[in-house]
Amino acid sequence: MNKENGVLDIKKIRKISLLNIMWQWETILLFIFIMVAIINSNLSPYFLDYTNLMNTTFNFIEKAIIALPMIFVIICGDIDISVASIIALSSVFMGMASQAGVNTFGLVAIGLFSGSAAGFLNGFIITKFGIPAIAVTLGSMSLFRGIAYVILGDKAFTKYPTSFAFFGQGYIGNTMIPFELILFFILAIIFGIILHKTTMGRRVFAIGNNSTAARFSGIPVNRIRLIIFTVTGLCSGLASILLTSRIGSTRPNIAYGWELEIITTVVLGGVAITGGKGNIFGVVISIFIIGFLKFGMGLINVPGKVMNIIIGLLLILAIMLPELLKRLKPKNSFSNIKK
Amino acid sequence: MNNCIIEMKGIKKYFYGVKALDGVDFKVRTGEVHALIGENGAGKSTLVKILTGVYQPTAGTIILNDKPVQFPSPQVSQKAGISAIHQEATMFPDLSVMENIFMGHHIRNKSNGLLSWREMKDKTQILLDKLELDIRPDTKVKNLSVAQRHMVEIAKALSLNAKVVIMDEPTSALTLREVEYLYKIIRKLKSEGKAIIFISHKFEEVFEIADYFTVLRDGKYIGEGTIADITVDKIVQMVIGRSLAQMYPKLEAEQGNIILKVENLSKIGVFKNISFDLHKGEILGFFGLVGAGRSEVMQTIFGIDTKTSGEVFIDGEKVYIANPSDAMNFGLAYLPEDRQIQGAILAMNIRENITLPIIDRTSRHIFLDRNREFEITDEYGKYIEIKASGWEQLVEDLSGGNQQKVVLAKWIATKPRILIMDEPTKGIDIATKATVHNFISELAKKGIAIILISSELPEILGMSNNVIVMHEGVITAKFTREGANSKKIIRAAIGSISK
Repeated sequence: MNKENGVLDIKKIRKISLLNIMWQWETILLFIFIMVAIINSNLSPYFLDYTNLMNTTFNFIEKAIIALPMIFVIICGDIDISVASIIALSSVFMGMASQAGVNTFGLVAIGLFSGSAAGFLNGFIITKFGIPAIAVTLGSMSLFRGIAYVILGDKAFTKYPTSFAFFGQGYIGNTMIPFELILFFILAIIFGIILHKTTMGRRVFAIGNNSTAARFSGIPVNRIRLIIFTVTGLCSGLASILLTSRIGSTRPNIAYGWELEIITTVVLGGVAITGGKGNIFGVVISIFIIGFLKFGMGLINVPGKVMNIIIGLLLILAIMLPELLKRLKPKNSFSNIKK
Repeated sequence: MNNCIIEMKGIKKYFYGVKALDGVDFKVRTGEVHALIGENGAGKSTLVKILTGVYQPTAGTIILNDKPVQFPSPQVSQKAGISAIHQEATMFPDLSVMENIFMGHHIRNKSNGLLSWREMKDKTQILLDKLELDIRPDTKVKNLSVAQRHMVEIAKALSLNAKVVIMDEPTSALTLREVEYLYKIIRKLKSEGKAIIFISHKFEEVFEIADYFTVLRDGKYIGEGTIADITVDKIVQMVIGRSLAQMYPKLEAEQGNIILKVENLSKIGVFKNISFDLHKGEILGFFGLVGAGRSEVMQTIFGIDTKTSGEVFIDGEKVYIANPSDAMNFGLAYLPEDRQIQGAILAMNIRENITLPIIDRTSRHIFLDRNREFEITDEYGKYIEIKASGWEQLVEDLSGGNQQKVVLAKWIATKPRILIMDEPTKGIDIATKATVHNFISELAKKGIAIILISSELPEILGMSNNVIVMHEGVITAKFTREGANSKKIIRAAIGSISK
């Protein structure tokens, strides 16, 4: 009897939350996404072209792949601003190896390993010495990028094996679907399942909401944070492989400034910068909003600097929206009382 | 009694249709300490917020010195001579005592309009002298103890020429000695004709310091009277609406074998040579003043802190506990003192909170099973009688007592053999308190060994089979239930050991 009631309750609650979905962040994002698509397709006849749409994903999928672990980092209440520098570092190591004649398989291994090692170093310093993530990754951001500059100077590595080009330029079979895009969706599903369906995800939310209570409840807080920083490094290494493969060369300023775009995407996706709140779906929509918005603006020849202004405005407006809605609500309730 | 300074009549306050206050009368006279008593949610805070101008009443009148008044904002109420002693929320830790006291009503030089720091400093010194406070006006507030901060708040109220001073749970973070000092200051203010509204959960305090009381229950006025003419039992009855046969329902439990043995546990600079035995079914009380090191000892046993030396045995075998997860595997559970920071995750729901330590047990491999979580939450939530609209309700939306029940349910759901409870009834209402006491006894009867840390002497005396007293990091006395009395315990707690 009790059990039945319990199940009944949960169904009821799910029903209520279905109603609430209308007001949820993801709905707002979906709406913005549709608006972007409609406006873009009206402004330019080239926007809704299948090949164009597929090819434009090359411009943002590498960032998107880092945005996935960044969701975990930010939900935990941390931040990692060294990710773009990890890309540079990994790319330089791959470039050096490639000059020395290492094959494609070896390059991928080096890219993934150097990324993971850099992420592990971040996480180790943060958790072992209890230093805030912003301070540590601010330092390692300069450190990793600095190493890249010292090794390369004003030169560039341009010699990569032909088969290495597949990762950043290849398509799946005879379709026009980029390999990168499929890889991203697979990763998004895996990260989504981990965040929302596993004990690991529950623990990440617990840490982000109250790390003390999480620790008192037996959750290995620092170990989980260390894993997350390492995985962020791993994904940065992966992004480095894709990017290096796509552009076919390594310069020390590769992926410069990406960290802010990645964090912007995650925040626009509804992940609370204070930690403890967020979901994968919102960030995935947010990735495509920003990507397609930039693509559409590019089609009608909007300069890059103006794009930044528009993206900045979009972020501020989107963040303000729930606050504005909240302020509208109490007014209604007050008028109810008077009756 | 016509010397009423404040009279509130028929105060009603509705929030979105919920009656927070429903026709409350409240009178305060000059020169009295007036205890406002009621459970959490009885409406005390709402009443105080109306008096200080934070809320506007839905209906009712406020009469100040025989004249009807309105307090549309906190500033108006403050000007009228009503001051509330907040705790840390309104202090600026990086500013000096003087700047904190005169925040919002700085004294200006009349000729040039600049701030007159010298005058403020002199006035601050006078106020500090009056409160017998041995601190300098330019000391930064962050360097003060909790008790001293309270005093600075009181000084601020005096600087505002307050005639009515409201103190909301002023003793909750104070040590025994500091409480005595607070009482002294309260009596002094009283003798100067100030009216003091004293809000407390602790009846000993109310009987110690208050002259008069008003009881609220569920937003309604229940009664008032002089403290001298009433007994604890009667007040308890008024507060909870029924008589509490026993506040401390100690069921005699059979004591079994030694389950936990601690030998010479030390942590440099925190505690030293802590040794004790804990039996199955025993309730072992730990008494001491704030800062005696009781929580630190328990957190070390539970693997949150690391020890310097010493050993812990469970079931006669030496164990190494490196973290709370190890401790839980040995059957330990630790209900922490600060439920909002260490205990519950406020922004998560009841189900997620209760299942957090046992999430590996409720899940299928690594995948969450929400139905199973729901069943366990339902089982323990009902057992501990958590009052909530559903198990998906956020813990931050619950009352303090129910939050504590969530934390208790969370730890009982781990099925511990040894349950360490750190101030389990701190800051919760009397009805919940009685419920918690009932559970402690029931758990002990089931053979669970319990360590009860408490700073409330009646609780220690009422619940424990044995009592250990700590002072500044060392055990100063051990008593059996029969051999313990409040005098001996207090002596050991303040460090004057008498054999």
